[in-house]
Amino acid sequence: MKNIGILAIQGDFKEHAAIVRRCGANTLEIKTTYDLDSINGLIIPGGESTTIGKLLEKSGVGEKIVELYGEGLPIYGTCAGAIMLAKKIIGHNQYKLKLMDISVKRNAYGRQAESFEKEIYINVLGNDPYRCIFIRAPVVESASKDVEVLARENSNIIMARQDNLLITTFHPELTDDLRIHEYFLDNI
Amino acid sequence: MPNSGKQIGTHNVKIGLADMLKGGVIMDVATVNHAKIAEEAGAVSVMALEKIPADVRASGGVARTAPIENIETIMKSVSIPVMAKVRIGHYMEARVIEQYEKLGIDFIDESEVLTPVDIKYHINKLDYKVPFVCGARNLGEALRRMDEGAAMIRTKGEPGTGDVKHAVEHIRIIREQIAELVGMYEMGEFYRNEKRLDFHDELLTKAREYQVPYELVLYVAKNKELPVPNFAAGGIATPQDAALMMYLGADGIFVGSGIFKAENPDILAKKIVEATTNFDRYDLIRDAACDFGEPMSGTTDISEEKSMQIRSK
Repeated sequence: MKNIGILAIQGDFKEHAAIVRRCGANTLEIKTTYDLDSINGLIIPGGESTTIGKLLEKSGVGEKIVELYGEGLPIYGTCAGAIMLAKKIIGHNQYKLKLMDISVKRNAYGRQAESFEKEIYINVLGNDPYRCIFIRAPVVESASKDVEVLARENSNIIMARQDNLLITTFHPELTDDLRIHEYFLDNI
Repeated sequence: MPNSGKQIGTHNVKIGLADMLKGGVIMDVATVNHAKIAEEAGAVSVMALEKIPADVRASGGVARTAPIENIETIMKSVSIPVMAKVRIGHYMEARVIEQYEKLGIDFIDESEVLTPVDIKYHINKLDYKVPFVCGARNLGEALRRMDEGAAMIRTKGEPGTGDVKHAVEHIRIIREQIAELVGMYEMGEFYRNEKRLDFHDELLTKAREYQVPYELVLYVAKNKELPVPNFAAGGIATPQDAALMMYLGADGIFVGSGIFKAENPDILAKKIVEATTNFDRYDLIRDAACDFGEPMSGTTDISEEKSMQIRSK
């Protein structure tokens, strides 16, 4: 059985852990570099990217994640997690892991009043639409040709993968729909 | 029809933001300088006030929502979500900051720290696109505020005192009362299975006592927790205070006077953030718990007329 680490510095990591367990994998809360030793995959949850970044840097966990990614660790980031994985955050000089060839813009739809949910068709998930919940969500402004775009909302990239990395700018962990976590566990 | 039907202001997106703040620290701020210290320390959000609670307490008079121009400059100065307090029952303070110049505040706190304007009616929070947080001393208050539409609860404690005693008392009371509902539910299920008697009359009566729908009581009884995040507030002044509240089951922390009435607000703010994250790793909270200088001195004698926690029920 797979052991999936859930970065538990801040944010909705409990919701991710619950959904991963429903998919049939073990979960482990990650707060220190030692916690990273025995995992087959990592999820960086939604939360506040400035907070998560500062604590990733201070604890040394960020550096260790980059090292393990180099050895093939699959990583999935939602919202703030996607921001952490990006090579560039437009307009903000904040800590990030710089793993994926994307530029993201934080809070790109606006403030909380513009947060929304919407049913969107995502090819890799089959025929039924997915209810995507966007909370002060970022937008992927640009992606290199090595990035495979998996879904868009209007013209905005909302789901993408590159090598062992998966990102969504919305929050599958806030729904009861297991398909995106299953996709991560099966394919990445 | 692909890509149709964008829905804003839904229950999911309101509670969604509350969920994103979990495990974090929300800091009361009265100035841009405070807000920058908070963001730099790793706060997940800041709460804009005219004065921090200890100064509200000291200055007396009517405490109102912060001046709009102050809220606006704070919103422009940080990239994290900004909350602001409004007086209990004051629909117009809330409408103005929800709509203001289409910037829109991210979260509204209908708060007992300010002087209530309506001693009987709380704001109908279902009617707003922006999520609300409200204080509670016990499960009944928490459930009534959720029934009115609150997307987050915070235990009240006694704001601006630096004394965490009441915050502890309130989270303990909520835990005990949840345990009571869970016990009633499990006994009801036991009777259903063993004696084939299908009733949850105790929960029905509890719903009447708490003045909320049965479904809300049943949710708590089944899930052993509130349907929205429950943060701790009121008197938190040290990293250990913050870690204690997390240990007692809080989903996150509100702190204000405890930071800005301390000797070194910038250092202490960082330490409180670290202690909140690492509350269950005693080896890691040691670093958070030292070298921050003098905490807020605080006060323990609050007369009934000066108590803020009793202002709403």
